[in-house]
Amino acid sequence: MDLNKRYTPQTWPDHPETATMEGKNKFVGFWLLLAAETVTFASLFATYLALKDKGPSGMEFAAADLFELPLVFAMTMILLTSSLTSVYAMYHMKNHNFKAMQAWLMVTVLLGATFLGLEIYEFNHYVHLGFGYTHSAFSAAFYTLVGTHGAHVLFGLSWFIALMLRNAKRGLNTYNAPKFYLVALYWHFIDVVWVFIFTVVYLMGVIG
Amino acid sequence: MSSIAQKQGFGAMIWDYLTTVDHKKIAHLYLTSGGLFFLIGGIEAMLIRIQLMKAGNDFLSAGTYNEVLTMHGTTMIFLAAMPILLAFMNAVMPLQIGARDVAFPFLNSLGFWLFFFGGIFLNLSWFMGGAPDAGWTNYASLALASEGHGIDFYTLGLTISGFGTLISGINFLVTIINMRAPGMTYMRMPLFTWTTFVASALILLAFPPLTIGLFFMVFDRMFGANFFDVANGGNTIIWEHLFWIFGHPEVYILILPAFGIFSEIFAIFSRKRLFGYTALVFATILIGFYGFMVWAHHMFTVGLGATANAVFALATMIIAVPTGVKIFNWLLTIWGGSIKFTTPMIYAIAFIPSFVAGGVTGVMQAIAPLDYQLHDSYFIVAHFHYVIVGGVVLAIFAATHLYWPKMFGTMLSEKLGKITFWFFFIGFHLTFFIQHFLGLMGMPRRVYTFGADQGWDLFNAISSVGALFMAIGVIVLLINVVITTVKNERVGNDPWEDGRTLEWAIPSPPPFYNFAQTPLVRGLDTYWIEKMEGNKEGMLYAEPLEEIHMPNGSIIPVIMSFGLFVASFGALYFLDGDKSWPLPVLILGLLITFGSMLLRSLKDDLGFHISKEELIEDAKGGKMDGSK
Repeated sequence: MDLNKRYTPQTWPDHPETATMEGKNKFVGFWLLLAAETVTFASLFATYLALKDKGPSGMEFAAADLFELPLVFAMTMILLTSSLTSVYAMYHMKNHNFKAMQAWLMVTVLLGATFLGLEIYEFNHYVHLGFGYTHSAFSAAFYTLVGTHGAHVLFGLSWFIALMLRNAKRGLNTYNAPKFYLVALYWHFIDVVWVFIFTVVYLMGVIG
Repeated sequence: MSSIAQKQGFGAMIWDYLTTVDHKKIAHLYLTSGGLFFLIGGIEAMLIRIQLMKAGNDFLSAGTYNEVLTMHGTTMIFLAAMPILLAFMNAVMPLQIGARDVAFPFLNSLGFWLFFFGGIFLNLSWFMGGAPDAGWTNYASLALASEGHGIDFYTLGLTISGFGTLISGINFLVTIINMRAPGMTYMRMPLFTWTTFVASALILLAFPPLTIGLFFMVFDRMFGANFFDVANGGNTIIWEHLFWIFGHPEVYILILPAFGIFSEIFAIFSRKRLFGYTALVFATILIGFYGFMVWAHHMFTVGLGATANAVFALATMIIAVPTGVKIFNWLLTIWGGSIKFTTPMIYAIAFIPSFVAGGVTGVMQAIAPLDYQLHDSYFIVAHFHYVIVGGVVLAIFAATHLYWPKMFGTMLSEKLGKITFWFFFIGFHLTFFIQHFLGLMGMPRRVYTFGADQGWDLFNAISSVGALFMAIGVIVLLINVVITTVKNERVGNDPWEDGRTLEWAIPSPPPFYNFAQTPLVRGLDTYWIEKMEGNKEGMLYAEPLEEIHMPNGSIIPVIMSFGLFVASFGALYFLDGDKSWPLPVLILGLLITFGSMLLRSLKDDLGFHISKEELIEDAKGGKMDGSK
């Protein structure tokens, strides 16, 4: 593979992410990794459902009283929007418009960071209420499930930033196109997981 | 690239293995370290049998016995059986599909080093305050109460090595999906490749629940979480579910590649096409599928209720059907064949009755009411040793003999091989057959001793003698390896003379690029077809001789894995709370790992090319070693 090969939108392949053998392998391998991640989160969700509202006798916290939807709804909207902006970035990647891609990635990162900030605020709020990690089985299951998602967001953000900085000067080629594609795919996965968290943890939690 | 081989110095050889991304060398690494752990696990087994040799023995204390027993199971499953099978998958599978390497050579190396450092970490527990002692299943109710750091060694060590295995699984899946040579359709893949494929899919879906369970255990023990602490609302059954959702597929992760190895052996040494190839493939897939639906048969006595027990009992019995299909296909492959009784073949023939015996007791335990009688008795011990030793270990020994020439270019002695076989086979049945009856007589598993008035003395003594036989068999195998290596008589492409698949069409050991030209596959048993048609070269080519692209070696996988190894020590001692060094060590370790990950991500690694001239030169007998 020649890193110095210059592409124009005309010579740019239709599917730059799978234009090389390495790209094809990464594409399939990453989908498989997402399958493993799905099982990981399934285990966490199952545990959360089993331990929801469970704690020492006389525990004062229950999901129905603890969660407040407005903040979580805002977080959901922000994360969903960031998924949309990453789609825009990939649209420009496929059209070999590097600058526009970088710009939309930047928007994605900012939205993701906002989400993460709000999540930290939310956790901090609960801890100050007395709902710490060691409080009960419920708190452990809640923080582990939502926190694992948060760790994924953090990893995704770092990945975005590393790629953007590394390739800032050299533009798109078939070597780095799969990398951009995969991080966007990862971001969508994180988003889907959050949709389930919003539904299972927060909405079903508030219903009681 | 330094393409002309010099006599390599020892240091250069070590460096070569540390940095290699070649699947054949990684196979050597897996085989060596897996073999080492197999010996350690074997010594632990001998200690168990010495302790149980007679009533009221005091060779091991109760506490030490628990540690030895736990480490025997854990080592054998995670650090011996699986890595050795991964060694054969690495050595053979890419050759069987006509690929030059696996899809992710770098990850292949990373997978190995994660397993290696995880295994070392786990075994260091012996020297650092005591090994884990809650059994290989590490049930939460026992594990949470265990003192010292043994359980923490277990959870952290298995987490690290589990990541390695998961990475290997993904790698093999992608390799088989994307890297097959032209003409190698799914239904022309050799059975060993098929079983590698299905076992890798099981790894992919079964390891995450284990990792999550281990995380919960770490959080409970170290950070005061309450997943399994009943007083704070936790539930210990969650561990059992997560463990067995992993644990049951795990036994198929072990046995399916073993089935694949035996399928190859039956066809080769019966000199016949595999009977019912299609049925074998679909039986493999079905076993993999059902493997995820039976985990609760390990938990019949937990009290999940009659409905749950009935469902899982039925699902368990159903698995016997595709397994039976396989047994009959193997028998019919032998039937009417022109059989050669080589060492691999006698292992394969011995495997059938041994494994069937294990399968039959498995179906007995699937009957939930009967399982209430058998549960936690020596009957269970006998059952799983019949399937694991009678299936997996026999396959490992058979494959060691079968693929040794392909991996190292020299044949193990057939004579010594057969001596190993007889000692091991007789010893195996002597040890475990009688344990069925010990179980029925009421001897519970995992007890460190028993009384003279319980009537278990004689059978336990016989069992211990059997273990000695097995140990002699293994020692003879080791002698065989040493003698063979010293003699070093080189062999050609097809040392068994009846090879059927692509790996036998190329030199032993193969050049580091495997195939100078990618082969063209015209049917099942590719090499056999070409041989029968008198093709002297053994294969057809799908491309002219041209430049080959190869991946660069890298030291980063070792460093990345070492970082986690270091971090684990920090995590382990962190919550003792009385030391100041664990936190910096934890952070340092994670920095090493994530730093090297970042380095890998930022540094372009495009691999290198072997020119056409070098390939021609190499074919004439020049030697390229592939190191950079």
